Amino acid sequence: MTGPVTSQDQSQGEFLRIEGLDVGYTTSAGQQQVLHGVDLSVGRGQTVAVVGASGSGKSTTAAAAIGLLAGNGRITGGRICVAGEDVTHALRGGDEARLRRLRGRQIGLVPQDPMSNLNPSARIGRQVAETLVVHGLAKGAAARERAVELLQEAGIPDAGRRAKQYPHEFSGGMRQRVLIAIALAAEPELLIADEPTSALDVTVQRQILDHLQELTRARGTSLLLITHDLGLASDRCDDVVVMSEGRVVERGPARRILATPEHDYTRALVAAAPSVAARTAPRTRPAVAAVAAGRRGEPPVLEVRDLVKEFRVRGQREKLRAVDGVSFTVPAGTTTAVVGESGSGKTTTARLVLGLEEATSGSVLVRGESLSSSGRARRRAVRRDMQPVFQDPYGSLDPTMTVEKLIDEPLRIFAVGDPRSRRTRVAELLDHVALSRTLAQRRPAELSGGQRQRVAIARALALDPKLVVCDEAVSALDVLVQQQVLQLLERLQEDLGLTYLFITHDLAVVRHLAHDVLVMRRGRVVEHGSVDDVFERPQHEYTVDLLSAIPGRAA
Amino acid sequence: MSRFLLTRLWQSAVTLVLASMVVFAGVRALPGDPALAVAGEEATPETVAAVRAQLGLDQPLWVQYGRYASNLLQGDLGTSVRTGTPVSELITGTLPVTAWLSLYAILVAIVVGVGTGVVAAVRRGRWPELVANGFSLLALSVPSFWLGLLAILYLAVGLGWFPASGYVAPSEDPLRAVYHLTLPAVILGTGLAAVIMRQTRASMLQNLSSDYVRTARAKGASRSAVVLRFALRNSLVVVVTLVGLQLGGLISGAVVTERIFGLPGFGKLTLDSVFSRDYPVIEGVVLVVTLAYIVINLAVDVVYSVLDPRIRVGGGAR
Repeated sequence: MTGPVTSQDQSQGEFLRIEGLDVGYTTSAGQQQVLHGVDLSVGRGQTVAVVGASGSGKSTTAAAAIGLLAGNGRITGGRICVAGEDVTHALRGGDEARLRRLRGRQIGLVPQDPMSNLNPSARIGRQVAETLVVHGLAKGAAARERAVELLQEAGIPDAGRRAKQYPHEFSGGMRQRVLIAIALAAEPELLIADEPTSALDVTVQRQILDHLQELTRARGTSLLLITHDLGLASDRCDDVVVMSEGRVVERGPARRILATPEHDYTRALVAAAPSVAARTAPRTRPAVAAVAAGRRGEPPVLEVRDLVKEFRVRGQREKLRAVDGVSFTVPAGTTTAVVGESGSGKTTTARLVLGLEEATSGSVLVRGESLSSSGRARRRAVRRDMQPVFQDPYGSLDPTMTVEKLIDEPLRIFAVGDPRSRRTRVAELLDHVALSRTLAQRRPAELSGGQRQRVAIARALALDPKLVVCDEAVSALDVLVQQQVLQLLERLQEDLGLTYLFITHDLAVVRHLAHDVLVMRRGRVVEHGSVDDVFERPQHEYTVDLLSAIPGRAA
Repeated sequence: MSRFLLTRLWQSAVTLVLASMVVFAGVRALPGDPALAVAGEEATPETVAAVRAQLGLDQPLWVQYGRYASNLLQGDLGTSVRTGTPVSELITGTLPVTAWLSLYAILVAIVVGVGTGVVAAVRRGRWPELVANGFSLLALSVPSFWLGLLAILYLAVGLGWFPASGYVAPSEDPLRAVYHLTLPAVILGTGLAAVIMRQTRASMLQNLSSDYVRTARAKGASRSAVVLRFALRNSLVVVVTLVGLQLGGLISGAVVTERIFGLPGFGKLTLDSVFSRDYPVIEGVVLVVTLAYIVINLAVDVVYSVLDPRIRVGGGAR
């Protein structure tokens, strides 16, 4: 099966060619086909993006090309050619030696999650040097020296010293740089980057992608970028391949795909991509002016004054100020977004508002009442007025409870009504969040991510709260699902007059939903204003930086 | 690191003092009278009283403990009530036997347990895993004395491959020492091997499917390198924890094993002294075992930090 491809011109400009690739997984339910005749090619020095939602098969395609399908995955049809040589047999596991020459030497892989992809018990320098050693390119002191050079090229300052450290001493961005150094060490001709930055902050994301592009361009390395972000793909790549349900639905030059998508799915993806939408005119939000006008004179739903939270850091005398003098108000029926990168203090602020964490100083007033006010009954009433929706729809729902039980729980805790009236209320709430009533007896494992987040929202609404605190509530969802949930939140605000405090790292989402924006950095509010002001006329340097880091500027 | 060691040593000293008190009180709470045991069943009450006074057992408990502790600080563990031999002599005479047996058993357990665990993980769902799982189930459910008896019956008496009993010190003749200790060590180590095998297998499976192993394979690393250098190395923390925790069981298991194989070890000394209410010997034995536990736990903590750089003892460089 191994041998040169007959047609000469195929191997000329092309480095990777995937033809009619079928991949199946063996499960207890039998063979499940996840890729159906995928065609893909990457020319030498070319950058190609594969875009799709989770489950579209984009990562499976990449894994098949480097022979790293999960244990029960098999290539069941089609073929893969690298530099004109058919390597399908090796990729199927038929030729381990050939496969090892392919991996690292011909095709490098930059994986998704920098936190879990480095060996926790080996020094960084050794992990980079290893690629050189296994391919016989260098050994001993020479390999170590080259590893330091590679780390330096990947943008790691003080690489000589850092090479002797362990992964846990590196930040996420730095680890991703290490992984890039590892992937490029043996100078492969193609780099597959599987969502290389989706776990990173937006400004770090841009730096890493810039650097990755610089390095591949300088070496003439081809790049296959796997991403869910159409904006990012169009920024960075020559060609875009759109996948859905294991099939390629559209392909073409990045600009063409973004400007005139042909396939329905691509069109939906373009419309939903938050990074793209962020540049277009803001959608008409709930008649906020009218709402605000109607309630003028009413106290704001949430008032935060000089909030400070200090943490003790082990082994350090000075305390860490996670939240440093934050003040803001959220008027009734409006949405205030708190944006910032990891470590900015946005999530701690949310936890302080919810009373999950005790403030060092400052106050949080919900409709003029404080959680620290005296009296159990009063505190309970304040708690009842605000409800959270958290990021992880998988982790925040008790897997042993049914949907009905989950939504009903706050009602039981606050002893609202009797079992019958509660059942009616649950059905009503399911209608509110556009979930079928037939789902009431299912458990979280039997729902999709979007459905679970709807359940979490329904649970938050059960007690008729005035304030809903959404902590990265849509960050874990695919773009299309994300858009639906955002629309749901908007509709609920209109219908029920809800007030939202929306914590997010994703500026693009903010534009969709918020009326006011707070930009946080290192515990402080660096900018505060209406969403239009902040997006159109950012004052602070950091805000400008954040805004320009949103992908999707190219088109 | 040194601060960590100092703290741990201080804690160990306190533990040791508390242990000596508990044992002292506990031994005296046992039914039975050492004076009676020494004087004999036929002795008159007067003789028994005289023996009791001679042993100092007529004094209040705290006076007895005070005398015991002050002797202890001078390195004097007392003398056996039964034989009149100094306890320290009894312990130094028997401890090496048990120490060699335990060390050998741990070695067997680690080699067999880690080996079968790795094979079971790598050959998942095929016959080697079934064999390994079957072995661990058997090893865990069959009591070691029964296994010991079977081994003596078939391997020693039947086939004559090993001696059925006896002990030779490694300092005298290392080869014959190994020959004599192999069967008891295998029997003693079997249970531990089964536990280690299960944990190694579980930990290996988890590590083998981890992202960093996938990345290592993407580098072009060979399968054996990935298994040994990446997955196994990161699985060893679990094994070390387990060995530390299970050593206690090993020491108590040694009591039974020594009895079956007639080894003149610590276990035999313990049993004999408990049966004859030989207070000073029981106290000495428990104190030494406590000390062994403390040292082992300290060693486990140090090995941790070597195996896993994320576990930093006492700050270190950050």
